[in-house]
Amino acid sequence: MRFPSFVAGALAATALITPVQAQTPQLRVLTYDSFISDWGPGPAIEAAFEANCGCDLVFESAGDGAAMLARLLLTGERSTADVVLGLDTNLTHAAEASGLFAPHGQTPDLEVPVAWNDPLFLPYDWSWFAFVYDTTRTENVPSSFDELIASDLSIIIQDPRSSTPGLGLLMWIEAAYPERAAEIWAGLAPRIVTVTPGWSEAYGLFLEGEADMVLSYTTSPAYHAIAEDNPNYAAAGFTEGHYLQVEVAGILANSSQPDLARDFIAFMTTDGFQSAIPETNWMYPAVMPESGLNPAFDALHVPEVSLLLTAEEAATQRDGALDVWREALAQ
Amino acid sequence: MIWRIEPKALLWAAVLVAAALVLVNLGALGAVISRSEHGATLTPADWAAARFTVTQALWSAALSVLLAIPVARALARRRFFGRGLLVVLMGAPFILPSLVAITGLLAVFGRNGLFNEALALLGIAPIRIYGLHGVVLAHVFFNLPLSVRLILQGWARVPAEHQRLSASLGFGAWARFRHIEAPMLTRVVPGALAVVFLICLTSFAVALILGGGPRATTLELAIYQAFRFDFDLGRAAILALLQAAIGAAALLILARLTLPDSGISGLDRTAPPPPGGLARLLDASSIAMAALFLLVPLTLVVLRGAPYILGLPAPVWLALWQSLKVATLSVGLLALMSAALTLAGLHRRWPEGLGMAALIASPMVIGTGLFILIHPISDPAHWALPVTAFVNAAMALPFALRALLPAARRAEADFARLSLSLGLSWRAHLRLVLWPRLRRPAGFALALGAALSLGDLGVIVLFAQTGGETLPMQMQRLMGAYRTGDAAGAALLLLIVALAGFVLVERLIGGRNADA
Repeated sequence: MRFPSFVAGALAATALITPVQAQTPQLRVLTYDSFISDWGPGPAIEAAFEANCGCDLVFESAGDGAAMLARLLLTGERSTADVVLGLDTNLTHAAEASGLFAPHGQTPDLEVPVAWNDPLFLPYDWSWFAFVYDTTRTENVPSSFDELIASDLSIIIQDPRSSTPGLGLLMWIEAAYPERAAEIWAGLAPRIVTVTPGWSEAYGLFLEGEADMVLSYTTSPAYHAIAEDNPNYAAAGFTEGHYLQVEVAGILANSSQPDLARDFIAFMTTDGFQSAIPETNWMYPAVMPESGLNPAFDALHVPEVSLLLTAEEAATQRDGALDVWREALAQ
Repeated sequence: MIWRIEPKALLWAAVLVAAALVLVNLGALGAVISRSEHGATLTPADWAAARFTVTQALWSAALSVLLAIPVARALARRRFFGRGLLVVLMGAPFILPSLVAITGLLAVFGRNGLFNEALALLGIAPIRIYGLHGVVLAHVFFNLPLSVRLILQGWARVPAEHQRLSASLGFGAWARFRHIEAPMLTRVVPGALAVVFLICLTSFAVALILGGGPRATTLELAIYQAFRFDFDLGRAAILALLQAAIGAAALLILARLTLPDSGISGLDRTAPPPPGGLARLLDASSIAMAALFLLVPLTLVVLRGAPYILGLPAPVWLALWQSLKVATLSVGLLALMSAALTLAGLHRRWPEGLGMAALIASPMVIGTGLFILIHPISDPAHWALPVTAFVNAAMALPFALRALLPAARRAEADFARLSLSLGLSWRAHLRLVLWPRLRRPAGFALALGAALSLGDLGVIVLFAQTGGETLPMQMQRLMGAYRTGDAAGAALLLLIVALAGFVLVERLIGGRNADA
């Protein structure tokens, strides 16, 4: 017996008292938690899409990008979602291998620093990983991993096992120094104050003054400049280049609302969606909205070299890179 | 001695609670195993994680309880202005969400913390909090208050006659300790150790952040990694089994160590005045040190959040309402579960064992397992409220039983014969004899349940949908949206609500002098 009968009974009873589905069709989008938060892009995007779709847009949330993929794999073909939004290129290989996604069929003009031709996943925003610092506190800012290693600066990073930026740094070092990863990590180890489970803990500790720099995004200083009117944060530019995070969405093949799902993906690269991104998700929009960007974005560091492993490379190198990381930091 | 006319319904209620707990643990674990595609073996890294988990939990439990003994003794025998308030405030760290507590601790012991600033003034090199000692420090910060409260209740159960007798016999400090305090402690301390050990066993964020990196990988983090990074349910299940086995082993050792309550009995009378002199100085410094250690980080949390609390955005206030609903339901469930297990556990061991092991299968596994079970049948979002309330109640059950069972068994040992000889019915025995003696621990247990539920950020994350956010969730989201100021305000709101909820429930159930 798969379910204890009394649990099944209780579940059935609740299903009966659940209100009958309304007539308006429902589009369910599975995404990460900070996307749907009241301070994220979710509310504005929901209002903009619902204004024209004649539907009810419902967000399902699950932790972060990786937790979301785990949820998707857990529910498999029984997933109630129609669209999955918020994977990045470290996750798309596993997502594609699940066979759960259908082609999105879109060919918009994307403004992403790498060529994009993935038939299943379409980008909606992106940024570069970078070490962020307070310009009033930190001098002698390093301009490469080697300079960071040679400095006496302290940094906080995230755990690659539980955090998207943490995994991003792992891939950054893999992409920039395929032969020297172990050496770079061993050199970084004494600079690392601590490793946090997620981005928000690391960033919070950095703001409290626990470290000189924190692993975040080149676009993070825009938040402080725009929302807090504080121009004193900046990202350190590294000459070897910066690893990209490209966030993408895809349609589930089993969607009960395939037309609405396609409409949503098409809507994703239009102004109604894209204009909400820069100042809620604090990333670059995948398609520049007509209104452009707040001038504070002009002051941000723009790396000359963009690094990005393909989804396949990222998937095959991940476990080895994690062992190297663990080995170096456990000394 | 068995109370001969114990009602059958009571036993059935306990069996039902026990069955629900076993089903949730085994069901969740089973669900995870059933979805795993292949078997898994434990790697050397897993064993390292297991070793670190046990090491930090042992240190944390031993230090928390050891330090709690002098503090509890001082609080038990001294009466001073503001004592009640101090006892309540000192309990606050236990109910803080871990991230808030870490922020408070780092404001004291961190790189730019008060402690290092003081050292710098004295020309001493700064200390580094990150490492095993940092993890243990944080766990002691969380669990010292709980240990103090559990041991304090042991002191409250020392019959006043014994203290009078020892005073009139002219017992010195050592004789008093040997003949009166030590026998009580041998009955209270193993339970407190086990509770703290079990809490620290599933630690993950605290251990990682203060442990300083992958050296401080606990089993719970390894389980999280198996779910989220490797998507390997077989690995998650085998790690969860290992973690549960460690917890079960700790409980079995505890069961062997715990002595049955002795036949010594007393009639509730007032205690004699406490000893003066050196003992007085020792008590004063114990209380002062504990208060300093617990209250300074707390004060910094308050100061940080105070400028933002009134300007908190509307969604945070809405989340407060949702949190109150979850906590109310959770306290109701906890009351039913702990009442059934306590009364059935008066003369039996199994209700205690099952209740202590309420959530032995790792919070991450329970949450995911329940999701796997519910998802095919119903939208998990509809289940966010009951599932969270139930899991929170089960989480608080071990603490509730630690507070209730020793008091209940003591009362039963002291008065069961009297009730029997007076021919009191079971109901009258419960109302006239047991309840007056269980009120205070019951108030404490349910208050703890309320506060824990208000501050918990566990399974709700897997189930909630837009509109169902709780206060800790909104705090987390504010942090994720760079809004650290508002997040600090939300943390303060959470602290105030959890403390107010604690005091309210404790007074309501436990009566006016509940915090003794």
